[in-house]
Amino acid sequence: MAEIVLDKVTKRYPDGFEAVRDMDLDINDGEFMILVGPSGSGKSTALRMIAGLEDISGGEVRIGEQVVNQMAPKDRDIAMVFQNYALYPHMTVRDNMAFPLKLAGDPKEEIDSKVQEAAKILDLTQHLDRKPANLSGGQRQRVAMGRAIVRNPKAFLMDEPLSNLDAKLRVQMRTEVSRIQARLGTTTVYVTHDQTEAMTLGDRVAVMRGGTLQQVGAPAELYDHPVNLFVAGFIGSPSMNFMPATLDGDNAHLPMVDVHLTGEAHERAAAAQPGQSVVAGIRPESFEDASLVSGDVRDRGATFKTTIDLVESLGAEKYAYFQIEESAVESEELRELAEDAGTAEVPGATEGQVVARLEAASRVDRGTEAELWLDSSKLHFFDLESGRNLAAS
Amino acid sequence: MRRGTREYALWSILILVVLVFALIPIVWIASLSLKTPESVTDGRFIPAHWTFDNYKVLFQGGFDNSPFIHPLINSIAIGLIATTIAIVLAAFAAYAIARLNFPGKAVILGGALALAIFPAISVIGPLFDMWRSIGLYDTYLGLIIPYLTFSLPLAIYVLVAFYREIPWDLEQAAQVDGATPLQAFTKVILPLAAPGTFTAAILVFIFCWNDFLFAITLTSSNNARTVPAALAFFTGESQFTAPTGNIAAAAIIVTVPIIIFVLFFQRRIVAGLTSGAVKG
Repeated sequence: MAEIVLDKVTKRYPDGFEAVRDMDLDINDGEFMILVGPSGSGKSTALRMIAGLEDISGGEVRIGEQVVNQMAPKDRDIAMVFQNYALYPHMTVRDNMAFPLKLAGDPKEEIDSKVQEAAKILDLTQHLDRKPANLSGGQRQRVAMGRAIVRNPKAFLMDEPLSNLDAKLRVQMRTEVSRIQARLGTTTVYVTHDQTEAMTLGDRVAVMRGGTLQQVGAPAELYDHPVNLFVAGFIGSPSMNFMPATLDGDNAHLPMVDVHLTGEAHERAAAAQPGQSVVAGIRPESFEDASLVSGDVRDRGATFKTTIDLVESLGAEKYAYFQIEESAVESEELRELAEDAGTAEVPGATEGQVVARLEAASRVDRGTEAELWLDSSKLHFFDLESGRNLAAS
Repeated sequence: MRRGTREYALWSILILVVLVFALIPIVWIASLSLKTPESVTDGRFIPAHWTFDNYKVLFQGGFDNSPFIHPLINSIAIGLIATTIAIVLAAFAAYAIARLNFPGKAVILGGALALAIFPAISVIGPLFDMWRSIGLYDTYLGLIIPYLTFSLPLAIYVLVAFYREIPWDLEQAAQVDGATPLQAFTKVILPLAAPGTFTAAILVFIFCWNDFLFAITLTSSNNARTVPAALAFFTGESQFTAPTGNIAAAAIIVTVPIIIFVLFFQRRIVAGLTSGAVKG
């Protein structure tokens, strides 16, 4: 067990492309750190540099106080779980898990007992003598985990270990991974592109974009205090709504309503010039069906009337979609997010569309006019040019 | 008649035709090898008089005087040595080509291909002169070297194709698990490439086993003469009888090791050995 420190780590390919740029990240001993970002953000490259599978072009990686830049993967004492599991197909499950121990030259009885123990943790005991080809996807995934945990390494590195599982199994394995990590208390770096995984698993989450680290923090901190448009849009599902707005003292002029800012939102807007044009970010749950909001709470927000385009009922809650008049916010970061999510290809998918998360008891219906309430303390404001959160600058 | 049955029958007939076409020459040789010298030219498919004399003659005179035993041993030894060397060299070369980026990779692959299609006949003269002056003429090594030259490209190409099929992640997993690059190669890549290795081995062995050109040119005695060349030196019972029966018998005998070799390794040439390694 050890802490992992990335100090100005850079990965530059021979053609000059920088996959990771000046990345600084301290991963504490025993911490579960998530690297999250869209594809091409450099998160996997960063992980592979920690593992030693990619050369480091600049900066330093330290594992437990020791600089490992020039160290071969085998000497770093880390275990890795690959996205495609990378099980040795010619070996049984037992041999797969025993492989790292055999290479280390452990005595046979010790190997046996360690494999048995790992198999018990992962519920693989009855499959020990089978070959990977005869296992289901979930079982293979657990074997890959088993191969990592038998060694009791300094750190686990996981490269999207759950992305090949189907949705239901993924949720199961997610809790499994979390449980095992908590039990073993081993420093873990976990790469994923799935923000739900990031939010649910990590002690801390590091959001990456285009090779640079955007923000590092506990899941709740990223959710409540995103430093820029990218983090705000990436974390949370459905994602934050963005719309152009004008700030004027305590008031924010939004396309659908003027809001008198209160609470946190008031502080966030404090740095703005009078009349400054900004991007307003509103989480879907900051809206509510006005008829379900009681008197004194209602006063802490603004109500407005709008025509609901579509209602998605999920049982426990409802997603209501409506349009705003003004055109959508133009931003490089948001365009990139949309591209990654694939929504850029759906015509009009993000064009001025706002989603509100309402209580299941709400009676709003598609095509009808509804009165919605907006919590005036929950607004975020971002600089139009830089995309930075006004409160963070 | 159902459509399925009709198709089945059609295919059966077609396969039978191909089988007969391929097997008749072999059966014909077998039949010749069982005929007496007098009846060799009688044109009968099934011998009128069965005899094993042709086989007996091959082994007459024991180890020293038999026209066949020495060449057979030479063939087996040269074939096995050449195959072993070729596979070991090709395994490393193919691994480097499949996995590493190094300057001159294209040149090596291109050179190997050029060698493979190079007409052997054009090097035979110079080789003959060279081998005589440096003392490799009529030795095992004198045959093994040209065999390697012409079989290595083949082996490399076969192995590169197999290595490329093995997910790179497996090797990286092995390295993270604590293996040196050599251990990753021998414990993970090599076992997985076994079908390819055996395929290459069989091809190289058959190439050496069947070669006539080098064997007849670069040998002069039982020191290193292999079976295909030795067959040409068989003599009949008298000056005027052709040794047809003996040659046929020898041909049947030399086919046997190849069949055994292929059958032995066939079990290992199973497709889908890498299934289950990675998802996808």
